[in-house]
Formats: sequence, C-alpha cells, structure tokens
Amino acid sequence: MSALDLDALLSRHGHDPTRLVQILRDVMAIQNRITPADITRLGLALNISRARVEGVTEFYAFLGTGPRGRFHVLFSDNITDEMAGSVALRKRLLDAFDVKLGEVSRDGLVSVGLTSCTGLCDQGPALLVNGVPIPRLTPARIGALAALMRAEVPIAEWPENLFPIHTHIYRKDLILDTPLAPGEGLAAAQALGPEASLSLLATADLRGRGGAGFSMATKLRMCRGAPGPTRVIVCNADEGEPGTFKDRVLLSDYADLVIEGMTAAAYLTGASLGFIYLRGEYPFLVPHLEAKLAERRKLGLLGVTFDIEIHMGAGAYVCGEESALIESLEGKRGIPRNRPPYPAISGYLGHPTAVNNVETLAASALILRHGADWWRSRGTSRSTGTKVHSVSGDVARPGIYEFPKGVEVREILDAAGAKNTRAVQVGGPSGVMLASNELHRRISMEEVPSAGALMVFDDSRDILQVVRNFTRFFAHESCGFCTPCRVGTTLVHQMTERLATGRGTRRDVKDLPRVAHIMRTASQCGLGHTAANPVLDALAKFRPTFEKVVALQEFLPLFDLDESLAPAREVTGREDEEAHLREEAP
Amino acid sequence: MSQTFIFDGHEIPFEAGQTVLMAAAAAGYYIPHLCYHPEFAPHGSCRVCVVKVNGRPTASCTWVARPGDVVENNTQELTDLRKNLVQFLFTEGNHFCPSCEQSGACKLQAVGYELGVLSPHFSPIYPDRPVDASHPDVLLDFNRCILCELCVRASSEVDKKSVFALSGRGLTKHLIVNAESGRLVDTDIEVTDKAMDVCPVGVILHKRRGFAVPIGERRYDRRPISEVDLEHQRTVREGGPL
Repeated sequence: MSALDLDALLSRHGHDPTRLVQILRDVMAIQNRITPADITRLGLALNISRARVEGVTEFYAFLGTGPRGRFHVLFSDNITDEMAGSVALRKRLLDAFDVKLGEVSRDGLVSVGLTSCTGLCDQGPALLVNGVPIPRLTPARIGALAALMRAEVPIAEWPENLFPIHTHIYRKDLILDTPLAPGEGLAAAQALGPEASLSLLATADLRGRGGAGFSMATKLRMCRGAPGPTRVIVCNADEGEPGTFKDRVLLSDYADLVIEGMTAAAYLTGASLGFIYLRGEYPFLVPHLEAKLAERRKLGLLGVTFDIEIHMGAGAYVCGEESALIESLEGKRGIPRNRPPYPAISGYLGHPTAVNNVETLAASALILRHGADWWRSRGTSRSTGTKVHSVSGDVARPGIYEFPKGVEVREILDAAGAKNTRAVQVGGPSGVMLASNELHRRISMEEVPSAGALMVFDDSRDILQVVRNFTRFFAHESCGFCTPCRVGTTLVHQMTERLATGRGTRRDVKDLPRVAHIMRTASQCGLGHTAANPVLDALAKFRPTFEKVVALQEFLPLFDLDESLAPAREVTGREDEEAHLREEAP
Repeated sequence: MSQTFIFDGHEIPFEAGQTVLMAAAAAGYYIPHLCYHPEFAPHGSCRVCVVKVNGRPTASCTWVARPGDVVENNTQELTDLRKNLVQFLFTEGNHFCPSCEQSGACKLQAVGYELGVLSPHFSPIYPDRPVDASHPDVLLDFNRCILCELCVRASSEVDKKSVFALSGRGLTKHLIVNAESGRLVDTDIEVTDKAMDVCPVGVILHKRRGFAVPIGERRYDRRPISEVDLEHQRTVREGGPL
C-alpha cells in the first residue's frame, strides 16, 4: 500500500481513533494483511500507541499481521457446515493448491483457514474469500472457485451466481407478517409521547430477543433518565451465535422495520447518535442498508435529530456482548466491561447507550403501532409475543420460522421436517441441548429460553463430534480477559477432544463438570458463564456416549513417549532398540 | 458516620466508593487476589478475589460496597474456586518455581501457598513463549505472565509511555511491547519506570540482580502474603507506596 493511500484512507475516517476497527478492515480489504510498518504509521497518525493498534489487529479474526494468500479462504466451521460436508470440500480446495490448513501456498496465491459460523447455516456449507461469503458449496462450486483463483480473476469479476444469499422463510407471525409503512411506528410513538410509549412497551413486556431477556422499556427508561448531553441507540446485529441467521434475514428483508425501531427508540430516549453494529460476515448487507438509510433521510425520518451509521465487526463472537460491542465501536479490543455502570447509564464514549437486538427493535416498532394487547395476543403470560427462529441441521426445510413464545420444540421440528431427531441445540452452543425425550418442552423465558437458533441432529450424528465443535468454537472466541474463561474454554476443549478421539480418561469425565462450574461461577461475562453448557448437557443427557469412549485408565500419557524421542534419535543417528521406549508404562 | 455491610457474618464499615476488597482489607480481612494493586484502578481479570455478594459471585476488587450487602468470603466453595483459578494460571503458563528468580517473592506462588495449591492438577498447556533479552538492563520472561496487565497500566498511567500492551485473544492473548521490531530494546522503557516494579510474578526482571536475596529470605518466605498484602494496602491507604 502506498503512503498516499493510507493517508487518504485515514482522512476518509477523519483520523478518528474510535474508527480503528473500520480503518483496519479497509487496510485488510486492500492488501489482505496489516504489516508492522502499517501499524507504526497508524499509531502515529491516530496519536495512539502502536502497541494498541497491534493489540486490536490481533484481536479480531478478520484482521491480522500474518501472511495471507492473495485469496484468503475461510471455511465456516459450524457443526452444520461440518454435517453438510465441509471437511471434504475443504480438503478438495487444499489439495487443488497443495497447501495445508492455516498456511499460504508457495506462490503466495492462496491461504485456507477456518472461521466460526458465518450465519449461512440454512445454505451451507459456506466460506468467505477475502471476506466475501459464498454459500451452498458443492464439489463443482469448489472447482469453479479454484479455477478462478488460479487464473487470478479479481473477485469483483467472478460469476454472479456464486454469491447470492437466499432467504427461506417458512412461517410468519406477528413480526414477519405485519406490514408497516416507513414512519408509522415513529408517528405512533410521537402521538402517544415518550412516557406513554414506554409504558406501552412495558405493558407489552417486550424483552430482549438476543438472549438475555432484559425488558426493553426498562433499558430505554434508564437511558432516557441518565445524565449527559448525548444519548446513543445501538442495533446489535453481531449475530455470532452459531446456528443463528434470523437477524441476517430481518436486515435483508425487514430492514425498514429494524430502522423504524431504532428511530422510535431514539425519540423515546432523546438519542442523537445511532449505530448498526453489523457482523463482519455480512458485508453484502451494507449497500442494501445504506440505501434504506438514504431513503429514510430523504423522507426526513433520519438525519434531523437522529442519524444512523453502520459499523462493521471484524470476526469476534464476544462483541455480541453489549459492553464488548461498545468497546469495539470505540475502536478497541472487544473486552466486556465491568458492570456497573451499565451501558444504558454509561456506554459509548461514556454516553448513555441503549443496545438492542435486531429483532427486539423490529418488534418494538410494530408494538408502538399496534399496541400491547396485539403483542400479548401471542405467547405466554411471562413470555409475550412471538420469536423468530433460525432452524438448521437435519431438517428438510432449513430456514426461518416465527412462532409464538411457548411453542413446543417438537412443533417447530415438525414444521421444518425433522426426522429421527437425536438432539436439538436450542439457542446455539451457549443455550440448551435437548434430547429426543424432551421435545415437548416449550421455548419461553420460564422453560427453555432461546436467542433464536435450533440446530437439529438426527440419529446418525455423534453427539461427541457435535460437542467437540462447540467447545472448539468457545476456545477460539474467548476474549481472554478473565482467567476462568480464557483457560477454562481451552481445558474443556482439550478434554472433549481427547474424549472424541478415544484418548479420554475417567479423570477427564470427572474434571469437566468441575471446570464448567468454575467458568459458570467466576467468569466476567455471559460467554464464560455459558461456554461449558453443551458439555454439561451432553454429560447429563448422553452419559453412555461418554462412558463408551472413556478408556479404563485413570491416566493416559498426553504424548507418545517414543515419538517424543524422535528428535534425539535423529540428532544421534540412532535407530537401535535402546533408542526406543516401546514398553507401556507400568 | 460510615455505612456497613456484612462480611462473613461480621459487620464492617466502608467509605463511599470503596470496593468490598478494599473495605475488607481496611477491616483486617485479606481476600486473595493477583491483578489488584492498591495504587491502580481495579481490573477484575484474574477473578481470584471472587466472593459472593447477596448470593451472587462477583470479583470483590470491582464490586463497590453498598450498605447491607451480605458478602461471603471464607467458605469452602470459594476457597476451592480460588484454588482452581490459581491452578488454571499455573496450567496456562510455564512456571518452574525452583529455578525462578522470583521464587519467594512471587504473588502467584504465595497465593498458591495461601490457598493450599499442591499441584496444577489440570493438563499443562506448555505454551511456546520466547524470552526477550534484547534490552541491556531488562529481561522479559513471558513464560510466567499471568496477564494481569499491571505493567500495561503502570506504563500508561504512571510512566506515560505505553511500553506494554496486550495482543491476541483467548489462550493466545499475550503481552507485547511497543516497538515495530517487537523487542524491548526498541522501546523507551527505563529501569526507573513504575512498570519495572509492579509485575506480581517474574516476567519483568532487572538484569544482573538475580538471586540478590537468597531463597528462604525473600518477601513471602518470611511472612505469608496475607500479612504482607494487608500491610501494603494500609501503607497505600495512609498515603504512599511501600
């Protein structure tokens, strides 16, 4: 990258250090890596230490200083991709370029790696090439990609049929089936006034759809009442929970509803600043969202007292946690903050900040227009309204299903065409794993809470392989701030890996619940609190699976003793019997 | 009149803004901790100071005391938890106490003794962490780093230099120095910096000073960390570093 380019890029971002993640994304888009010299220059230009720039660069999966191929391919590593054959497809691409996973081909053309779930579980297997998603992979499509890369055709010139992301909606209810004209939700709120509107949301008992289930009215009231000249509304579109893609669909097909919700929330709190924090895997949504924002500015619905900016994530699941998201918005490493203070009191740059999930904002716009009774006509007394679910895995029709809260899991599975179900992961890996005898349970705050993902596994699937995928995910996504999560996620993954590969011991089965307890009790944020859930559920509900694979020994060496002597044999040029350790330890 | 909260069944006073850890120390109760240092704002990352406030686990170094809070500290459950967290830290790094210059003056080791840690218990991770001996006067041995960020905080807040920062994430999170070469010699660190004096373990070492005090006569060899730490906190409360 020439000096001029970096200067121009920095000017475009106003030399603003809070835009560091955006700036680094742009550098990656141009040259696919950030060199140590770039980091020094960015530090100087933004007046922050180069070490801070480096720390941010190495925090996010889509940024980095390491060498990458001119085509950097990341295969989605979700269990649903794995089940759809991504491992064989990956091998096909690796073989085509004679390159190993995580390495760059000798000619510097291609590098291949893994990334967490890309939010395309209804049309996997999927991959990202230089950040651009390609869904529905088949051997033929992999062949086509390989040919394009070998010919060094720029991605912008690749055939269009490679890229489209499809929308599959199979059941609509209140949110997905109620049209709302631009400005209608805001007008309804203005007619009622802020106080009555907030009371209406409280009566509707609208709770956060992102998983935590916090009352939206309470959050907006806190933000409204907090001191400070500037207030901020953030739409949390980080959607990192594996198996979840409903926010992607809401933003592609219901963007107006989401933006309406943000605009109304701004009116109710007096906010002037708005952000859509969009996950890094969804760059294809940006032009569409920008167009929607521009339309609404023309209508005078935005840009007068309140405006919205799109801020891209860069590959960090933890940024779905609201305070980590705010750190990322400020151009920092996505580390969850200590609370209190809560973001609604002191968030983005210290301003009162209300962070809400995409679906919550969409629902709020409709509730303001149609009233609390309309919303409460669905759901249970403690879990009101409807919920949009992303359904994937072993079902005939993977896609989006909106059901009233309180629906039995079985009902969703029937609608999606699930057969011979062995287990369902509800709410993503951080949620609950249900066995086949629990499908009568209901999705609600009081029974089985869900942030909106159902991954279905039929009786051909090995639960240990599923759990191993989830533990790998959490070990990869822990931010590393606190000891219990940083070390615990890796220990849990190592033990699960040993169990899944036939090297597990009774001690592992004994230690897993202990480590899980430490993580759940002592971690700083929700990631650590929930990361061991899949293992605990699987241990409780699929115990025989674990017992079967546990070696009888209390202890197995972690490494092959004889193999460890290989370097010594090589150095000494020995291959005789004395240079080997073949006997079993007593 | 100061307000009070309940700490292990005792009513103890606190001043507005004081955390549970600080108020407990002022009342003579030691809560084991590693990333907390009385001269710096609390961090809350090591979690060793975990207590239960009204039944909910939280870091006592960041929890601001409120009147009437009921805090559990000295329970078997919490002691076991802290012990496991210290074991996590031993598991994560490369800690070979018998050959470490900080043995006897190391907080990780001392807190381990305090809690009765006899082994790391979990399978060691053996990370590959090369040392940085580039600087003429300072050695960095990253093998022992517990990621408490005290050097990061001291360098930016006191020394106004930002010599240290954290990079990576999860288990690959690691300490870096502020130089394009990645080597300490190319930073503006000086041996008189505050950052040189805050490492609770043996990462940041003065060269040519190793083993100046014989093993057996070092800070925590003579008195347990519970006593030394309460004394340190008292000194800082009364207006100055130790």
